[in-house]
Amino acid sequence: MKIWVYAEAEGDKPTTATLELVTKARELGDVEAVYVGPNVAAVTPDLGAHGVTKVFSIDAGESLAGVIGAAAVASLVEAEAPDLILFAQSYDGRDAIARLSVKLDRTVITNGTQLAVDGDTITVGTAIFGGNTLVDTKFDGAKPCLAAIRPKSFVAEPGGAAEPEVVTVGDVDAGRAAEAKILERHVEEREGPKLEEATIVVSGGRGIGAAENYEPLVEELAKLLKGASGASRAIVDAGWVPYSKQVGQTGKTVKPKLYIALGISGATQHMVGMKGSDNILAINKDGEAPIFSVADLGIVGDVHKVVPKLIEALKARG
Amino acid sequence: MNVVVCVKQIPDPAVPGQLDSDHTLKREGKLILDESDSYGVEMALQLVDKAGGGEVTLISMAPNAEVSGLRTALAMGAAKAILVSDDALSGADSLTTAKVLAKCVERAGEVDLVLTATESTDGYTGTIPAQVAELLGWPSLTFAKEVHLEGGTAKIQRQTEAGYDVVQANLPAVVSVTAGVVEPRYPSFKGIMAAKSKPVDQVSTSDLGLDAGALAANQSITSVTAAPAREAGEKLEDDGTAFEKVVEFLDGLKVI
Ligand SMILES: Cc1cc2nc3c(=O)[nH]c(=O)nc-3n(C[C@H](O)[C@H](O)[C@H](O)COP(=O)(O)OP(=O)(O)OC[C@H]3O[C@@H](n4cnc5c(N)ncnc54)[C@H](O)[C@@H]3O)c2cc1C
Ligand SMILES: Nc1ncnc2c1ncn2[C@@H]1O[C@H](COP(=O)(O)O)[C@@H](O)[C@H]1O
Repeated sequence: MKIWVYAEAEGDKPTTATLELVTKARELGDVEAVYVGPNVAAVTPDLGAHGVTKVFSIDAGESLAGVIGAAAVASLVEAEAPDLILFAQSYDGRDAIARLSVKLDRTVITNGTQLAVDGDTITVGTAIFGGNTLVDTKFDGAKPCLAAIRPKSFVAEPGGAAEPEVVTVGDVDAGRAAEAKILERHVEEREGPKLEEATIVVSGGRGIGAAENYEPLVEELAKLLKGASGASRAIVDAGWVPYSKQVGQTGKTVKPKLYIALGISGATQHMVGMKGSDNILAINKDGEAPIFSVADLGIVGDVHKVVPKLIEALKARG
Repeated sequence: MNVVVCVKQIPDPAVPGQLDSDHTLKREGKLILDESDSYGVEMALQLVDKAGGGEVTLISMAPNAEVSGLRTALAMGAAKAILVSDDALSGADSLTTAKVLAKCVERAGEVDLVLTATESTDGYTGTIPAQVAELLGWPSLTFAKEVHLEGGTAKIQRQTEAGYDVVQANLPAVVSVTAGVVEPRYPSFKGIMAAKSKPVDQVSTSDLGLDAGALAANQSITSVTAAPAREAGEKLEDDGTAFEKVVEFLDGLKVI
């Protein structure tokens, strides 16, 4: 089975989600990557260290990566004949898989959290109803099959120390789609570890009461624990914190050693993004809040009373 | 400025979802406007208003000739709707849905802009916006948290992992908008009354020139199982000293 991974990078490194896909793909077959972006020489060693043997590379310039990526893959598929193409469920990954599905006239399975290959049959597992029900879906049509997998579904581990061959893809014709150009890039400031990679995540919900309470309660606790701060969608939509902090179905999936939920009710769409954490601590004044059904330790109480005392106590320990 | 808005009509998300015997989502009973699409409707109304002319057309694919969700969006101020309801589309995958929606855009006539949400609340495949754009041969500006039209172009703030990018494309284009891009209005009483007589063009796949037989999903569900439930641990009321319990817990995990 020849598996392609649509590789993305942040700075000069492949994203963790990319390396997760490569690691899984290596278990199931031979892995090659299609990388759309600058600096392929810097990105390639990590891909190789995770088992990629060949990298098809194209720079999208100021065009959207997914648009150029789909056109590049479409131009290669016939000659290279991959059986399966994996995408991360990311912004550019979604653009790419969507456009490619039309170009190749193939169905897509997205939001995958599991992947299995049995002979010629490829099956993708997804979690629905807030992660309460697992559904396996197999591809019926012609190859290549197209699947998008949620980050954190697999663990990235080095293996297969290959020096991948790099093949530069020439100009591709993406048609009018290439008219979309990036004029400016804005990077939001972040202190401490990345949300998806932190060992501890402290998230705040509507129960923190007001935007100005996020810093002294959520960020302060996260900082003391050397963790990252997250949020429920309720306070993202309210404009209290940026979207990049959102945990859940339409936000990030996190699997830290410890997840702390402050004033979060535990809607299924939130829980699907954090239920896989090793340990969960919830503080909520409503003893019936659904978040307690997944919490290893649940404190029924007011975040404005419990959290400041906790912060004091942690500071006192030094 | 003519804007088409894709609006999905879905089972009430407040009612726990269920699967039918063929493993597709149960869609009997009344369907409502997907809240995610109310942002697209509002955005469209504001853009047409700013442009000083044109109209907002809704397009939707739904079973049982469902119009309740469309009526909500018409009550907000959209002018008319195209509804595709066809038994042949039951269990359609996202590519098939996109093919149907792209045909609806063509049926809508002169269109400058198509708006969608980034993903639907019940299906959340999240691919339909760019699929529709590719089918139409148009640029797509996805994950917009701000949308501006200027001189025949659309300029958006596109959500990224790190922050946002400013992205621009010529019209006609497809733009997918995130929740919160604008604040959707509530339909007024006058709007609700007016919506009752607004035209809904009901079409089948053959009306759109699509061969229903060729619209196979090319995927099938092989198993549905309950996910292992996570056990709840200890729960206690705060009596002023719960923070000590938390410190103990953190100590036990060796994270402090
Ligand atoms: C399609 C779709 C996708 C979605 N995706 C996401 C997603 O990715 N992520 C996400 O989070 N949500 C998502 N949601 C929204 C989700 O359904 C909930 O609305 C949201 O998670 C609620 O956020 P919350 O828990 O902060 O707010 P609420 O549900 O309002 O809960 C606030 C909680 O705070 C408690 N509280 C109040 N005051 C205090 C106090 N002083 N001390 C302690 N506790 C207090 C209350 O008891 C309550 O339990 C999605 C919804 C839809 C329809
Ligand atoms: N059946 C449908 N009718 C109208 N619009 C739809 C339909 N399905 C999806 N859409 C639009 O496409 C977006 C993305 O859907 P999805 O790819 O299913 O997550 C939705 O939020 C809608 O705006």
